[in-house]
Amino acid sequence: METLIAGSNVKVNQEGYLLDFSQWNRTIGEQIAQAEGIVMTPRHWEVIEWLQEQVKADKALSIRGIKKSGVLDIKEFYALFPGGPLKISTKIAGVPKPKSCI
Amino acid sequence: MNKTKVKKMLFILSKATIENVYAAFIMANGARMEGIESEVFFTFFGLEAIQKKKLNNLHVATVGNPAMHIPTMVGGLPGMEALATKMMKKEMEKLDMPPVDEFLEILSASGVKLWACKLAYDMFHLKEEDLIDDLDGILTIGDFYNRADQDGCQIVFI
Repeated sequence: METLIAGSNVKVNQEGYLLDFSQWNRTIGEQIAQAEGIVMTPRHWEVIEWLQEQVKADKALSIRGIKKSGVLDIKEFYALFPGGPLKISTKIAGVPKPKSCI
Repeated sequence: MNKTKVKKMLFILSKATIENVYAAFIMANGARMEGIESEVFFTFFGLEAIQKKKLNNLHVATVGNPAMHIPTMVGGLPGMEALATKMMKKEMEKLDMPPVDEFLEILSASGVKLWACKLAYDMFHLKEEDLIDDLDGILTIGDFYNRADQDGCQIVFI
């Protein structure tokens, strides 16, 4: 379905994840973050960019992958995106929600 | 936002076979990833999963497990458990499932509370240095029930 986020019409799924990454920009990410109760800082954006690179490189996102990333550790990940870090951060990043159970 | 009414998952792990330990760990981690609080209480043989010297040597049960599809007599032959365990670990690694020690680190870093059962700890004559450093403490079952301190708590026995 189509929805209006930060003045742009974007395609999203039922859970509000963007379906087309080319429609993403930071203002949209910011707006999604706000709806999740997160105030974005430069550190948040660093993590978001890293997540987007991983998805572009076709690497599956998982909590174990965060641990091995060398970019941030799991504790920081939970502190930056409380209440389900992987699903919230991917939503902000405009990439699909990871399907893994781990 | 979260639709689930579950706010906190409390797991009691009483067994040390790989399939049970991983079931508990995956559910405990999965809860945190959904924004749900999560804790694990290790009792009886479940304590093996948090003993430094034992946790990376847990086995699959090949006897008394019809889903293994090997005859019980064959499952009891020397080396069968080790072989089945090796095969299962290989499959798990393919799915990027971490080994037990790394999984415990992930759980602890994710905010999962890890508790040892006082009675079983005493019964097996364990010492604190036998257990992992990430352990949050040693509790009685009564203490653990008191961790279910809000609406939406679920206690699961494994």
